[in-house]
Amino acid sequence: MWSYMTKRILQSILVIFGVTLITFVALHMGGDPTYLYVSERASEEEIAATRAKLGFDRPLHEQYLSFMGGLIRGDLGNSLTYRTPALDVVLERFPATIELTLSAMLIAIIFAIPFGIFSAIKRGTSVDGGIMTLAMFGQSIPSFWLGIMLILFVGLGLRWLPISGHVPILQPLFQGDVMQAIKNTPKALPYLLMPAVTISLFSLSRNARLMRSSMLEVLSQDFVRTARSKGLNENAVIIHHALRNAWLPVVTMIGLEFGFLLSGVVVVETVFSWPGVGRLVFNAINQRDIPLVQASVIMFSLVFVVLNLLVDLFYARLDPRIRLQ
Amino acid sequence: MSEISNSSILMSESTDVLAPSERKKSAGSFVKAWRSLLKAKWPLLAIVILVVVTLAAVFGPAVAPKDPNRQNIVARLQPPMAENRAGEVEFILGTDGLGRDVLSRLIYGARISLIVGLTAVVIGGSLGTSLGLIAGYFGGRVDDVIMRIADIQLAFPFILLAIMFLVVLGSGVWNLILILGIGQWVTYARIARGQTISLREKEYVEAAKALGAKTNSILFRTILPNILAPLIVIASFNIASVILSEAALSFLGLGVPPTVPTWGAMLAESRDQLLAGRWWLAIFPGIAIMLTVLSFNILGDWLRDFLDPRLKGLQ
Repeated sequence: MWSYMTKRILQSILVIFGVTLITFVALHMGGDPTYLYVSERASEEEIAATRAKLGFDRPLHEQYLSFMGGLIRGDLGNSLTYRTPALDVVLERFPATIELTLSAMLIAIIFAIPFGIFSAIKRGTSVDGGIMTLAMFGQSIPSFWLGIMLILFVGLGLRWLPISGHVPILQPLFQGDVMQAIKNTPKALPYLLMPAVTISLFSLSRNARLMRSSMLEVLSQDFVRTARSKGLNENAVIIHHALRNAWLPVVTMIGLEFGFLLSGVVVVETVFSWPGVGRLVFNAINQRDIPLVQASVIMFSLVFVVLNLLVDLFYARLDPRIRLQ
Repeated sequence: MSEISNSSILMSESTDVLAPSERKKSAGSFVKAWRSLLKAKWPLLAIVILVVVTLAAVFGPAVAPKDPNRQNIVARLQPPMAENRAGEVEFILGTDGLGRDVLSRLIYGARISLIVGLTAVVIGGSLGTSLGLIAGYFGGRVDDVIMRIADIQLAFPFILLAIMFLVVLGSGVWNLILILGIGQWVTYARIARGQTISLREKEYVEAAKALGAKTNSILFRTILPNILAPLIVIASFNIASVILSEAALSFLGLGVPPTVPTWGAMLAESRDQLLAGRWWLAIFPGIAIMLTVLSFNILGDWLRDFLDPRLKGLQ
């Protein structure tokens, strides 16, 4: 276990290093990045002054080292629009994004697993066909379009749910105010529902399909036949024998889900004007606020890499075959 | 990590498909494919939809009723099937905030989606397949380096990287294709590598080697044709997901220049008109994206079942 852990941690460090290298290269790929920081009408002197101030006149490797040094100190430069440290701006909006991602994940799991199992048990029937057709649609609908459609029909048409707005749950929680967080929860749910459903639909569909195929595979195996021929009733076979073995691939998927959903929030937050990092990235793109885009990308990647690491370590504990590979 | 974090669509698909060369390649297989298509119905419908979309993309200027960029301030925000003073329907699917014809923009939008989807997959597919063949065939250090790079790329959400690059490099069809293409190589490399490893000890590969065939020819003429089936299946799903990514990036304003009509950008523009109830601006581009993506997904599903008899028994 230890050697596996060390290997994985080293690998994650390598990945984070790769991410920083790539974000750094990306910034310099379009030529002198100074032009991204100054207005189009800036004079030569202004450009030169900005270049010197941001250190773009130094050799590349030196710039990279100071970029890395800054990263370790938690300094990713100042946002051009907010005029405050970019990392602070990103961190301030992180709780809202995590709320959304966690809710989406919850929806994706709670619905996908029973649908998948049910579909597998009823394989070949119209119920199975119906669920799988829906899942196919779910994987083909662009999430932002689904968001727009929900706003149009559920929000504006039926007026069942608000089309934008946000009541914080995690933010008071992080500040230690548990009572406030609990008090806010019922108020937060209506705002959370539509964006969370929008983000989750793709994963929900994929998980349902995965659960079904995993279940079918297990159901065709010898030990299931043995269990059946012992005279166990079908429910016992499914719950105690099949399900337990069909879990694994789905659990893996769920672990990786968080990172996947996280990248979906950029678009969906924009649709619902959700005050998270996703919308921040969108605005930063439009205002060409490079440090802010950079800080967001690095933060997202960090969370993603750390989560992957935790999932893998957890999974290796559950299944000895993985760490012994 | 490497085995677990394989890209999403792969999770449910088996990667070790039977070597197609072990089955007879003849006119018979086309007949079989056709019969299977007729029986399955949905894939047939998918192909019909894709043919229509392709025709729209190729013959856009000939079939589009209007110039997609022609602004007509007098006819702004016309709902679908609205009649003008002469009692004629001029804009079947209505007009947008600048008075541009929605139907014509939809038809032209098919171009970008298809061009980006297909080209990016071809780029990513050939790059990934070649690297996978090399990694699998040579093994050792080459394999290690290639697969480590693949692991790194899989370890962080690609869309963010795409955003980063497009912000700096500026948007444009080629930048978009390049970024999305590079984003896809890992999937192909992993499959090609796995298949190559299982094939490289086979007799016919040994025979080619013994006959003095060059490495290039062994890789691309002996091995490649035999590992093509799973790659084709993946490509079909992949086109679907690239089209979705392109739409998402266009929606964020990172796609092609605003003068080029794309489905994603049309949806982005529709957002401002939602509160005013201009539903047609949001509904039609979304349906276009969904039908195209759905068709590629259905086609991929069918191809997988058709090319891999073992999985057919399961479905």
